[in-house]
Amino acid sequence: MATPAVPVAVDMEFAKNMYELHKKVSPNELILGWYATGHDITEHSVLIHEYYSREAPNPIHLTVDTSLQNGRMSIKAYVSTLMGVPGRTMGVMFTPLTVKYAYYDTERIGVDLIMKTCFSPNRVIGLSSDLQQVGGASARIQDALSTVLQYAEDVLSGKVSADNTVGRFLMSLVNQVPKIVPDDFETMLNSNINDLLMVTYLANLTQSQIALNEKLVNL
Amino acid sequence: MASRKEGTGSTATSSSSTAGAAGKGKGKGGSGDSAVKQVQIDGLVVLKIIKHYQEEGQGTEVVQGVLLGLVVEDRLEITNCFPFPQHTEDDADFDEVQYQMEMMRSLRHVNIDHLHVGWYQSTYYGSFVTRALLDSQFSYQHAIEESVVLIYDPIKTAQGSLSLKAYRLTPKLMEVCKEKDFSPEALKKANITFEYMFEEVPIVIKNSHLINVLMWELEKKSAVADKHELLSLASSIFTLHFSNHLGKNLQLLMDRVDEMSQDIVKYNTYMRNTSKQQQQKHQYQQRRQQENMQRQSRGEPPLPEEDLSKLFKPPQPPARMDSLLIAGQINTYCQNIKEFTAQNLGKLFMAQALQEYNN
Repeated sequence: MATPAVPVAVDMEFAKNMYELHKKVSPNELILGWYATGHDITEHSVLIHEYYSREAPNPIHLTVDTSLQNGRMSIKAYVSTLMGVPGRTMGVMFTPLTVKYAYYDTERIGVDLIMKTCFSPNRVIGLSSDLQQVGGASARIQDALSTVLQYAEDVLSGKVSADNTVGRFLMSLVNQVPKIVPDDFETMLNSNINDLLMVTYLANLTQSQIALNEKLVNL
Repeated sequence: MASRKEGTGSTATSSSSTAGAAGKGKGKGGSGDSAVKQVQIDGLVVLKIIKHYQEEGQGTEVVQGVLLGLVVEDRLEITNCFPFPQHTEDDADFDEVQYQMEMMRSLRHVNIDHLHVGWYQSTYYGSFVTRALLDSQFSYQHAIEESVVLIYDPIKTAQGSLSLKAYRLTPKLMEVCKEKDFSPEALKKANITFEYMFEEVPIVIKNSHLINVLMWELEKKSAVADKHELLSLASSIFTLHFSNHLGKNLQLLMDRVDEMSQDIVKYNTYMRNTSKQQQQKHQYQQRRQQENMQRQSRGEPPLPEEDLSKLFKPPQPPARMDSLLIAGQINTYCQNIKEFTAQNLGKLFMAQALQEYNN
């Protein structure tokens, strides 16, 4: 293990404090590892990683490349493994792990919304209403459908060889559109519209009622 | 209930990666009828709030937390936030103020904005107009003029669109709360209606350039793996079966209307009592006068004028604040319902168009 040229310090007191405070809010969360910004692993990482191996069993080291080398912000994760000749000089090697992103539903919606700032000029967006979301989702489906159609055309004209699994997916996709008898659909549609209109009317009525009450009280 | 503690001292922060707007304005915003015209939130804060509710707030409990940031001209920029632990009865020795001070001190070490600018709360189907919220927001706004309360509705968000709203108390309501006088006369003088209690401030979300790069990365990485998730989400957006959400809202609305009617009955009784009392006073005075005239005609000294107010104690006027809050809450419910129905009518017509095309 090469000795580092410049000593690095980790404020352990601070880390402990923050962990205590965090535990008050989420008592079930544990320290899993540590992260650092930067492109690669340095000798300092080994020392810090050793410290964290005392806090958590088999800690994970995450690097986020904010210096944007290779034009991308690469996010990588490592665990440390021992290597070397047993009994003689032992070293530590960081083995990479695959990084996957998992979302739950509300988080996914939040991330989608935040992602929209990439497309606006001054990186600012307002919150969108339900229908705008539906519009956005429809646009996405339209793009996906055009790709699928393109693929189908290619297969038919013989440019691309047919793939059975893809074909099966397409079948299940087409079958997902529900087939409803038009009369039934009409009745369902009308009853739903009636419900909604009635609820709107009642809500308006309630609002005017409390406004009236306000006026009467203040006479 | 989140108790606030002022962020003391100077805003000596130079948070590089967050809130990239120019100008690090410090201290109070400009004077005028409303100090804050727009709220600018970092993407980080949005995700943190979502996460906090997801992990700690299942059920009907509300989760709360503190917002940190700074004020730039008439914009309130929120750059970070931290959650507040739940209040449970068994840890009575938990000191909120100490927790806040510790948090802020630690955050100062890592160069995060440590100025309090408000607080956030999750809500259950939109029922957030309560006395507790009013008190908390009043104490915040009293100390820090530009503070807002962010209301996050997780159930509405799970249905497709992020529901985050920022509210402040109107200046008139601040005046009334300062006096702590909630009698009918004071409220009438201040001319507050339930619509004018809270004012909503528009929200925009802003990210720094680095965050945008991260977003591009995520877009690329999660393109393939989460496509099926997107489809299921799309189906929830297109869901025509909305009875659950609407039903819940209507039920809460009915409860509130019941409370309101009880309150109205109380007020009516009070009015009736006062008018009856007035009549009784009047009658008493008349009788007195008659008696005095009779005594005078007989040559006896007139009876002393007794203090009428001691005889007829005026009934206690009911506090109007609660009814105002109820009215405000009913108003919020109605607005939510109307928004909901409007959007769903649109979706229904879309579905109709699709079906027509099929046939």
